[in-house]
Amino acid sequence: MKLTVDRIGVVLDRRRILDDVSFEVAPGERLALLGPSGSGKSTTLRVVAGLQRPTEGRVLLDGRDVTNEPPHRRDVGLVFQDAVLFPHRDVAGNVGFGPRVARVPRDELDRRVDEALDLVGLGAAGGRDVTTLSGGEAQRVALARALAPRPGLLLLDEPLGSLDGPLRLRLQSDLRTLFELLELTVVHVTHDVGEAFALGDRVAIMRQGRVAQVAAPEELWSRPADDWVARFLGMRNVHQDGDRATVTRPEAVRVVSGDAAKVLAADRDGPVVRLRVQLDDGGELEAVATGVDNPRPGDRVAVEVDPAGVVEVPVWRGGEQVSG
Amino acid sequence: MDRDRRALAAGAAIAALPLTYLAVFFGWPLVAILKRSLVVDGTLDLPLDVLTRGSTREIAWFTLWQATASTALTLAAGLPLAWALSRFRFRGRSVVEALVLVPFVLPTVVVGTAFLALLPDRLERSVWAILLAHVFFNVAVVVRVVGAFWSGLDSRLWDAAATLGASPLERHRAVTLPLLAPALASAASIVFLFCFTSFGVIVVLGGVRYATLETEIYNQAARLFDLRTAATLALIQLAAVALTVLVSGRLERRLGGARRTGRPALRPSGRERLAVAAVVGAGLGLLALPPAALVVRSLRVGDGYGLDHFRTLAEETPALLVVPWHAIVNSLLFASWATAIALAVGIPAAVAVVQRRRGLDVLLMLPLGASAVMLGYGYLLAFDDPPLDLRSSPAIVPLVQALVALPFVVRSLVPPLRAADVRLREAAAVLGATRGQIRREIDLPLLARPLAVAAGLAFAVSLGEFGATVFVARADRPTVPVAIFRFLSRPGAENVGAAMALCVVLMGLVAAVALVSERALVRERPR
Repeated sequence: MKLTVDRIGVVLDRRRILDDVSFEVAPGERLALLGPSGSGKSTTLRVVAGLQRPTEGRVLLDGRDVTNEPPHRRDVGLVFQDAVLFPHRDVAGNVGFGPRVARVPRDELDRRVDEALDLVGLGAAGGRDVTTLSGGEAQRVALARALAPRPGLLLLDEPLGSLDGPLRLRLQSDLRTLFELLELTVVHVTHDVGEAFALGDRVAIMRQGRVAQVAAPEELWSRPADDWVARFLGMRNVHQDGDRATVTRPEAVRVVSGDAAKVLAADRDGPVVRLRVQLDDGGELEAVATGVDNPRPGDRVAVEVDPAGVVEVPVWRGGEQVSG
Repeated sequence: MDRDRRALAAGAAIAALPLTYLAVFFGWPLVAILKRSLVVDGTLDLPLDVLTRGSTREIAWFTLWQATASTALTLAAGLPLAWALSRFRFRGRSVVEALVLVPFVLPTVVVGTAFLALLPDRLERSVWAILLAHVFFNVAVVVRVVGAFWSGLDSRLWDAAATLGASPLERHRAVTLPLLAPALASAASIVFLFCFTSFGVIVVLGGVRYATLETEIYNQAARLFDLRTAATLALIQLAAVALTVLVSGRLERRLGGARRTGRPALRPSGRERLAVAAVVGAGLGLLALPPAALVVRSLRVGDGYGLDHFRTLAEETPALLVVPWHAIVNSLLFASWATAIALAVGIPAAVAVVQRRRGLDVLLMLPLGASAVMLGYGYLLAFDDPPLDLRSSPAIVPLVQALVALPFVVRSLVPPLRAADVRLREAAAVLGATRGQIRREIDLPLLARPLAVAAGLAFAVSLGEFGATVFVARADRPTVPVAIFRFLSRPGAENVGAAMALCVVLMGLVAAVALVSERALVRERPR
């Protein structure tokens, strides 16, 4: 199902929450809505689901204007951050809720419940009380519940937000496999850059109720729309000069032996080491080292910058700066 | 080990006063009724003749029927209000919430009289009048009990159901009702109990045609002096009440287990705003009608309006042995004493309940289910001769009123006591506070607000208490509800007018009490 969000705006309690938000999601495409908290991404999702009426703008599904349709007539599935399972029904009762209110015959309903639970790897959990589920299991049941009515569009609101550590990574890769298997059209809200890049074919970055940039992860990383986006993505080599800024990707900075700079810090970040280097002319750069033998703080080094990894962007003047 | 034993002893000491009070002023009167019903000339004699009498069966059937119908109507009327007040936030919501609760603290006699003033003569003494008065009186229970539960439910459950394809109607059927089931069962059983044992409303509105167990107990004991029949009817009523409590307790446990995850209420949007406004407007309008009619009727003199009925309250009347305004003084005095007793017993009782004495909890709620008329009658039987000959003592009135008010006191003190964060006390202790200092600095300030509410409730309940008081109050010391009843039992427009005027005075007193304890509520910042 194709989703078109056309210039929607939302005003709540005389406060503007969304302003002129537009994007498209092609059938089978996965779009991640990425942004800091309060940027309007969850509200955007609620507008698409029909839970929040936009003050202006339209929502189209396969070209049909559904702006005034109530949520139950939209053929859209929604997964909340903390599952929100029906406490008065067991796992199968939760998963079967959608088909049941759609008056699907009993045997077909059972088949759909089993199928959906199998998809999320909980084939044997149908009879369990939802209060006995762990956080990860509850989230899988919520996903199965959203999939059971076979929606044309799946919306995920911080689906991994209440999970942590290895569990989070495992469910993230499971989600990816599932999306590819079912060829689902997905809009996925997150504040985590890694999650957005892993699950989104394209990423829409939101800030202060507006869309800052929509692009594929690779494109975002190599050509951020402005210095704010670059910093939000986690880049530290952003040097402002008037109303322009120079963004240098850390993987374009190579640390070699020499005597033009000093290592300030070397922090391990998983398999890589992030080096902060002070150049003798005063500037600072971050470099990513992947070797097994890396310089230590205080060491004298030299840096080489690959010009292909340097891009000049405008400076965003719209609000508070996000520190890297 | 030693500390445990000391704590246990302290717990037992705290529970001793409430237990003694309940044993003497609740248990003993019940035993007296049992004895009067089952024992004749020193031998056991089952009152089978009373049980099998056709009139008994008829009265029991009507009691059950009207209570069931009243409960169903109250639920139907209360649910929309509970929905509007618990799911949404809008300007003036807290005022509406307070106004909806007002009918519940109004004395039953006043409610009955207000419907006399409101309804056309044709409907005045009909089943409909009784049912409507019960709905008016009990809507607050549904709004309170169901509303509190409803606002604790996560609003995203309905969002989830909506995105899964459930229409608004289906959402209510498949999500709202099952989730609310425990609260509905709880509210329904409370309303059913109140309607089953309702006295003031039925005495005023039922006339001679409609009798329930409660009014018939009064009729048999106070008018026909058939004490054995009265005692037997009281036993039937007690059994029915106990059965209801048992069944509803079991039902609530079976339906329970819903997880409560509060989410802030939303501002209503679009069509919801219309629905909320309609529900709140209609609810307040209907609830305001009976009291308004009462005030209007109390001012109507012949074809015009005036204060004549209020003026007659200072004049002698054949309806009473005293000047009517003495009843007001009596009421205030009795209610003050009753409040003092209810607090003296209720505070240690609440502390004991919080210390996990569940048995005591159930025991303390029993007076709520036991009918007031039965209690009053039991007092007459039990405290008739030494060692406790209270029959002619004025103390008997506040003693029984305190018993009726006790469950309300305990109910308003237990939740805040339970919620008092242990860590606050621990923090104070770590900062060097002694036990006494902790009590003074932490416990008392935190409990000031609930104590004011408990005292206000106890005072209001005692002011309006009718069923028990009408038995035990001496003819030369009537309370206001008793005086209203005496006026209404006599023919003549001037007596009805005096009754209406007294009702307005009583309503004003209760409103003043509610306002004072409400102010105590407001002064403390809500947490």
